[in-house]
Amino acid sequence: MNTVTCGSAPLRANKPFDRRGRPPAKHFQLHMNIFTTQAHQAADKTGVLELANDVDPRTLDLSGITRIDLQFPTFTDGRAYSQAYLLRRRLGFAGELRATGDVLIDQLLQMQRTGFDVAVLKEGVDASAAQRQLDRYAGFYQGSAVDTQPLFAKAA
Amino acid sequence: MYQYTEFDKAFVRARAAEFRDQLGRWQTGQLTEDQFRPLRLQNGWYVQRYAPMLRVAVPYGEINAAQLKVLARIAREFDTPDAAVLAEAQATQDKLPGMAPKLTTNYGHFTTRQNVQFNWIPLAKAADVMDLLATVNMHGIQTSGNCIRNTTTDELAGVAVDEVVDPRPYAELIRQWSTLHPEFAHLPRKFKIAITGASEDRAAIGWHDVGLQLVKNEAGEVGFKVLVGGGMGRTPMNGVVFRDFLPWQDIMNYLEAVVRVYNRWGRRDNKYKARIKILVKAEGQRYVDEVETEYREILERDGGLHTIPQSELARVQAGFVQPALDLPESTDEWLAQAEATLGIEAAKTPAFARWLAQNVKPHRNLQLRAVSLSFKRPGYAPGDATADQLDAAAVLVEKYSGGEARVSHTQNLLLPWVRLDQLHALWQDAKALSVAQPNIGLLTDMIACPGGDYCALANARSIPTASAITERYQDLDELHDLGPIDLHISGCINSCGHHHSGHIGILGVDKDGKEWYQVTLGGSDGKHLSGAAGPGKVVGPSFSAAEVPDVIEAILETYKQLRAPKANGQQEAFIETLRRVGQEPFKAAANAARQPHETQTA
Repeated sequence: MNTVTCGSAPLRANKPFDRRGRPPAKHFQLHMNIFTTQAHQAADKTGVLELANDVDPRTLDLSGITRIDLQFPTFTDGRAYSQAYLLRRRLGFAGELRATGDVLIDQLLQMQRTGFDVAVLKEGVDASAAQRQLDRYAGFYQGSAVDTQPLFAKAA
Repeated sequence: MYQYTEFDKAFVRARAAEFRDQLGRWQTGQLTEDQFRPLRLQNGWYVQRYAPMLRVAVPYGEINAAQLKVLARIAREFDTPDAAVLAEAQATQDKLPGMAPKLTTNYGHFTTRQNVQFNWIPLAKAADVMDLLATVNMHGIQTSGNCIRNTTTDELAGVAVDEVVDPRPYAELIRQWSTLHPEFAHLPRKFKIAITGASEDRAAIGWHDVGLQLVKNEAGEVGFKVLVGGGMGRTPMNGVVFRDFLPWQDIMNYLEAVVRVYNRWGRRDNKYKARIKILVKAEGQRYVDEVETEYREILERDGGLHTIPQSELARVQAGFVQPALDLPESTDEWLAQAEATLGIEAAKTPAFARWLAQNVKPHRNLQLRAVSLSFKRPGYAPGDATADQLDAAAVLVEKYSGGEARVSHTQNLLLPWVRLDQLHALWQDAKALSVAQPNIGLLTDMIACPGGDYCALANARSIPTASAITERYQDLDELHDLGPIDLHISGCINSCGHHHSGHIGILGVDKDGKEWYQVTLGGSDGKHLSGAAGPGKVVGPSFSAAEVPDVIEAILETYKQLRAPKANGQQEAFIETLRRVGQEPFKAAANAARQPHETQTA
């Protein structure tokens, strides 16, 4: 049975303080939409590009593309993280980046930070523990695709 | 030592909480074995031959007395298997032919990558151990798994007399940058960075996925010489120079480029071809060009946001607070008096003189010395320290070294802040603890992995071989006469015992279910004596466990016969004779030491 809560309610986490213990000037939020496989398959495929994880996204024409589905053949194959980073950060892709394949809750944070905004959880994965994985850390050292400033720049 | 900020501390605690959550979900079946494995690995938890193994990160080897005490407590209270687990393990080991030493429990093990391992902690207690570690800002973050591992450095960093730039602040910046990097948590394979800031390479940078050497250019500016693509394993390779001088501010941007291209291009179809060294070798200039292009794009298109500002370097440098040593004023009189007193003690006690010469290194502060406690002694595996010894070491660290120590790449503990006038007292205390063997850099200061006694990957045991050689070379006069020799022992081709870089390397291989050992000669870790980093050459078919000590003795006897005095009147070191005369006489001697009935052709 699939116990995933399907829908678009974002999971969010607040960053309560910076490394010196002060509240951040700008409240930054993590959010990630979690889809079931069924919801993913039912969705309209217009403007959707499904990208294998060995394709260099910089070689693509992205005009008219509103959503890119990136693949995790196994969750230990991390190539799609670099694709997402390049799409979101380098190429400025503003559409949806969707994680598909062997998507588990312990990698949601990495996905969110490299630019994914939607994750299709693998069939059978219980999403009930997902929220607290995104809430856990008050901040990170390095900048990411979506929160681009490293900690040292924020603290300065 | 770097002082953790509130952010750093909270981060470590959050990681411990995350691991507890993951462990709980695995225990209740919400995570499968395959799903949990990479998560536990990236927190330092392996499942080994008989029990789990925990690898605790010691960032660039720096550790304080409070941390050592917590490691002692973990050894004492947690490093104990169920009686049934231990009994079964011992029974299995006893079935192996040859020596079957008793398996030991309740100890920590210093590793070649400056970390500390435990071998018997039940996984059910894993989360409690991580919480305990977090109380002293310790953790197992990225000590295993296909991610960026602990950055290692020179054990003498910050105190060495030949240091150009203190590498520790840069190592700390790299620690921060690589910790939970979201893009690089699932690389094709593990990724190791080593950094040195001295003229002599004591960090084996040529053997790492990325090796960094801090240098100054003609204008006096600090930068990195960047080597990429070193590694041991089945295909030993040394890093290739990508940059002769990369401005220090750009190191994270450059590493990001190196690792991103590796993540995109590295092989994932064969784990033996997945390290970056294979990519660098296979793609050659194409890989270099791609890294340089990526680097330019990080700067020009992404805005180079990880360019390190001077203020951040200064903040991290200031975080390395030198311990309060309460030194007397450094006058010529004080130094002369301290040296004279030492000289008198050394003249009275040859054993102390020998220890001074072998285990004590000069310091950039003339009033201080850096002292190695040797964890290479009979009755213990190289680098092992019991709970009591860890506690006692913590006391010595507090008493003599401002509360700070280093885990060395050679599996010892170094005290970097010892007063000249306290060396004799330290020697006496270290002797009482049996960690004052004057053997640093000598044959018995060997590097060895845990091998087939503990490790699930090993093809053969390392520890019985290490102890057989240790026991044979207990005569200190003979040991000192043999001079500096790097003896490195690995229980399998994964090369955790760095056999490739040993002047003498021993590699365990499995043949028909029996333990055999290949012997290599002439490897180098890259330090001055050893020459440019490179792997040793195999002397011939592998030897039985029983033959190995005789083979080593035959090789060393050959050295004694062939060595010649150098221009400065000193004897040639083993590696120098080997380089001068070549492998042949050593090979002949090694092969003549075979026991005919045990010869095989592998």
